[in-house]
Amino acid sequence: MSETILTVVLGLSQLCLIAAMLLAAMRLLRGPRAQDRVLSLDALYVCGMLLLVVTGMRVGSAYLFEGALVIGAFGFVSTVALSKFLLRGEVIE
Amino acid sequence: MSSHLAAVPLWAAIVISVLVAVGSGLTLLGAVGLVRLSSFYDRIHAPTLGTSWGTAGIMLGSALMFTLTGDRLVIHELVVGGLMMITTPVTLMILGRAALSRDGGARPSRAGKPAPLQPEPAADTVDEPPVQAG
Repeated sequence: MSETILTVVLGLSQLCLIAAMLLAAMRLLRGPRAQDRVLSLDALYVCGMLLLVVTGMRVGSAYLFEGALVIGAFGFVSTVALSKFLLRGEVIE
Repeated sequence: MSSHLAAVPLWAAIVISVLVAVGSGLTLLGAVGLVRLSSFYDRIHAPTLGTSWGTAGIMLGSALMFTLTGDRLVIHELVVGGLMMITTPVTLMILGRAALSRDGGARPSRAGKPAPLQPEPAADTVDEPPVQAG
């Protein structure tokens, strides 16, 4: 019983997160200015990180979580670097 | 199919399902808002649904599930949850300030009323970063 519930809900959750990634990618391709693209890249990597965690829950592996940790850390750094580039014109002054 | 999901008790399966469904649903809602809202200053609020309760719900569900299937307390998911909650305001404030300075530096005036924002330029022509002064 619990296996059925968890399989269905985790599958639906994966579908939701994939749809969220597609919507963020749509804004990434369409966004009128550069800050929209940076914002949608931020949303895209958050969705990818959550998708990795949900996939790890579904297959029962704890190793996918470490990939999620790396995506979270590097996504923060990359978004800050892109925002600094938009603000200043260079990253490290 | 897999046996680790059958090892979860029923009450925990229901709790995990609610947490994960709420988390992924809120993330999807934030992405819909990212596409549908009209100006950048509206859109910057939308993905925070995914980074606040989206991340928190999925991480709490994951921690509960691996705790119940793995015979020990697993709380390292909370590290990622805390990382998201700390870094997202920092990131979005820097991004908002960058967008504000690219829009002509509209700052709140001294009387406390915010200055009216410039209308968004239509095309991608202003996409170069500003020239470094000095």
